[in-house]
Amino acid sequence: MHSSWWLTALLLLPLAGVLGVSLTRSRPERARRVALVSVGVEFALSVVVALLYNAHVAQASTWDFGVRWVVSAPLGLAYDVALDGISLALVLLSTLVALVAMLSDRAPRREPAYLAWQLLALDFTVGAFVAHDLLLFFIFFELVLVPSYFMVAQWGGPSARRAAMKFFLYTFVGSAPALVAVIYLGFLHQHEVGGNLSFNYSALSSTVMTSSQAVWIFVGLALAFAIKAPLWPLHSWSPSTYGEAPVAAGAQLAATLSKLGTYGLLRFALALTPLAVKSVTPVVLVLSVIAIVYGSLVAATSRDLRRLAVFSSVAQMGFITLGIFSGSQIGVTGAVVLMVVHGITTLGLFVLIGALERRRGSARLDDVRGLQGAVPVLSGFVTVVAFATIGVPGLGGFVGEFLILLGAFGVHPAYAAVATLGTVGAAVYWLWAYQRAFHGPLSENATGMADASPTERALLWPVVALVVALGVVPAPLLSRVAPSVQQIVAHVTPTGVSR
Amino acid sequence: MTTLTLPTINYLALAPFLVMAGMALVLLIATALTPSRISTRVATSAAVAAAGSALVITIVQGWQIARHGAQLTAAHSVVMDGFSALATASISSSLIFALLIAHDWEGRERFVGAEYQMLALLATSGAVLMTEANDLAVVFLGLEILSIALYVIIAFNRRRLKSQESSLKYFLLGGFAAAVFMYGAALVYGATGTTNLTSISYFLGANVLVHPGLLWAGGGLMMLAFAFKTQAVPFHFWSPDVYEGAPTPVTGFHASIVWGGAFAAAIRVMVSGLGTQSDTWRPIIWGLIVLSTVVGALFAITQVNAKRLLAYSSVTHSGFIWLGVWAATARGVAASVFYILTYAPTVLGSFAIVALVGGVGDSDHYLVKYRGLARRNPWVGGSLALLLLSQLGVPFTVGFDGKFAVLAASLDAGNVTASVVAMLAAAVAAFAYLRWVASLFAEGDPDVAPLVVPWASRVVIASSVVIVLVFGIWPAPLTHLAQHATLYFQP
Repeated sequence: MHSSWWLTALLLLPLAGVLGVSLTRSRPERARRVALVSVGVEFALSVVVALLYNAHVAQASTWDFGVRWVVSAPLGLAYDVALDGISLALVLLSTLVALVAMLSDRAPRREPAYLAWQLLALDFTVGAFVAHDLLLFFIFFELVLVPSYFMVAQWGGPSARRAAMKFFLYTFVGSAPALVAVIYLGFLHQHEVGGNLSFNYSALSSTVMTSSQAVWIFVGLALAFAIKAPLWPLHSWSPSTYGEAPVAAGAQLAATLSKLGTYGLLRFALALTPLAVKSVTPVVLVLSVIAIVYGSLVAATSRDLRRLAVFSSVAQMGFITLGIFSGSQIGVTGAVVLMVVHGITTLGLFVLIGALERRRGSARLDDVRGLQGAVPVLSGFVTVVAFATIGVPGLGGFVGEFLILLGAFGVHPAYAAVATLGTVGAAVYWLWAYQRAFHGPLSENATGMADASPTERALLWPVVALVVALGVVPAPLLSRVAPSVQQIVAHVTPTGVSR
Repeated sequence: MTTLTLPTINYLALAPFLVMAGMALVLLIATALTPSRISTRVATSAAVAAAGSALVITIVQGWQIARHGAQLTAAHSVVMDGFSALATASISSSLIFALLIAHDWEGRERFVGAEYQMLALLATSGAVLMTEANDLAVVFLGLEILSIALYVIIAFNRRRLKSQESSLKYFLLGGFAAAVFMYGAALVYGATGTTNLTSISYFLGANVLVHPGLLWAGGGLMMLAFAFKTQAVPFHFWSPDVYEGAPTPVTGFHASIVWGGAFAAAIRVMVSGLGTQSDTWRPIIWGLIVLSTVVGALFAITQVNAKRLLAYSSVTHSGFIWLGVWAATARGVAASVFYILTYAPTVLGSFAIVALVGGVGDSDHYLVKYRGLARRNPWVGGSLALLLLSQLGVPFTVGFDGKFAVLAASLDAGNVTASVVAMLAAAVAAFAYLRWVASLFAEGDPDVAPLVVPWASRVVIASSVVIVLVFGIWPAPLTHLAQHATLYFQP
């Protein structure tokens, strides 16, 4: 097993960055350099960790880099971190998104504070993904709210305050019963084995409980995660939040923070309550399918790129939960791949939103025609992102959606059949939007628009490269994710879904 | 001729009380004898010295208890155990904070003299006595010493009518609550034949009351008095008015010093004395929890006045502390003590800032005044934001750890419904805190001058922020203390 200091370093680096930024806050340019260096080093470090990661650690299932240090025994609070294939993929995604988002967007005022919040958001997200302890995960999961709230409220659009408040309260209400469920599960475990209160993931996952206890714990946890994802019908905070968020915060929120929800569903809500799986699966599957169809329909009516991103995300989250609850290893693997791909495409989408907003003041698509003539390179990037979402073979989205549908067909053919319509839906909303705004003769209000700047190209090319790479050679990702997925599925299925 | 046998007294047990009450008397006499008024600086130093000595004494007490175990003294009416030592330590350090806040306030309002410090010491000595009471008579004694000094100190600002009004309100209701407590104690005496908590518990453990009505009525009336002092709904009606009317440094008293005494006594009476009857009183506390958390949260979100908002916020937090009392287990008691221990500095730090923003006259506490505070005074605004987020229950602050501890205790004892309700209420209350935090960072009026923060307030704010953050991230020392602050007797 590798040293846990790698993960501790991943957690300390952004905090050091925050310290550096606050020390240099009187000189914004220098503060920006400090922030960029720390997030850049963080990204590099996460790549090194990804390369070092060894899925076949003896006696530790697929967890590597593990350490457990009890902070307060009576409270069961512990610094307990470890990394498996699933969290590894998402840590990598988080650092990449933070880096690109920070490079793509500049705050018009009080930039050092904005950078500090971005670094904190990154830190807490990474913390949640490396937590090998239910309580520690919950703590980071909650903490992420604070930087998100401040970023949206202070640097967002005209009604950002209301949006941020709605976002905070919505998620906080979801977390309240989740905390009760967390503690309840901890006690179930403690009463069973004795000793101190512990929320260690491996310990909790062997807790014996009745199926009604399992369902209640699942519901408590899943509500919080479903709100964060967001899963239909709990998505109603997301249009206003993503509509008002500044670009970098929006990218971080939509690309990585939303994954906290789906990750939580998979890692904790599902894997800790195997007995609940049988009764909750139909409900979640129905909601997922509705999310796919509903998200696609609303996305088709959206008139600007932000709203399209929101509802396309709702549909994609539907795919991800469909995969997670398909109960098959293939489906869950697909869900993890789609989490990563959705993160990358959403990042690209927000960079493009930023590019459009800088040029036109808004990301609207309905008042403009023929952008392809004016900005061919930007249009090209939009096409790639769109195709990745639609699931065109050769791009990352295809791998994820294909695996999900494949896994779901084997177990729940009816749901999978309806979900397949969703891929058609994605084609409809993206191609419509593209056709309206980018094809045809150039309209008056778009003449003289500058095409992608060198910075924008430098940011978007890696996104495109990653989307293509994941579509063509998904093996490096799959080989790391699959063993961990297999652990969870094997743990859940014996008592859960029959195949 | 019968001889009067005096009980032996362990003065170490009573030392914190004696130091505070003694210093109060010294200040009183000095005020009467000195020709000119005593300067605030001298008075504050003397009072802080007394509170600091009390704090040191609790450390000695803790050391003694660790070596020789808990001790009863003064004819078994006073008890020195880990619980009393920790509660006294919390109250003494709260008093230091409160005195420092008051020091700056007196400077602004041009009050000179030692009266305020004298009354604060006296009130606190009553709270200290309540923490170590092992007899209903001593509880009452502490309650009265605390209350009477408090009535006066709430009316301390002679120039503000609201201060007088709120004092009268608190006096009328508080006097009623004290009388009700006395009546309850008398009924319990009638039912059990003793006022000693340990004896009550033994009696109830060894006998079955055929007609428990007398005991139930007595216990219920005493609980009413505790609910009144801890601002639990439906006995909270005084709190927003008194919070608003009382001088701001006094407002901080309630949720720190008064709670320290009242919750300690409530825990002693309910858990130590009437612990065998927990099936009877638990439903009542269940009602207090649900009502306090929900009503406090709902009213908090509609407030436009910072002090009233904090009053309703205290009501919600009181519900959370009652969660630990409901459990009536060692874990529950530890959790409640931990909550009080951490909530006191949080709320005192908040009131230090509220007192500063209120400015000269101490009357303008509307939330609009806080707009842009974090832009004008980044440190003060940031500190207030942190303290509010702690009350909201954000992780890595003591507020989260406290909530976690009481929830854990109450879930451990099987109280799922009230725990869920309390958490949902906390989510509702989050709106109130968040709205306040948002206005701190909003674009403020450019004509408003930044606050000048005197050194004493600076100390209070900085210490509370350090406590909130350090023990928020690393709660082990405090949880350890709270866990070992066990009651002398628990059935």
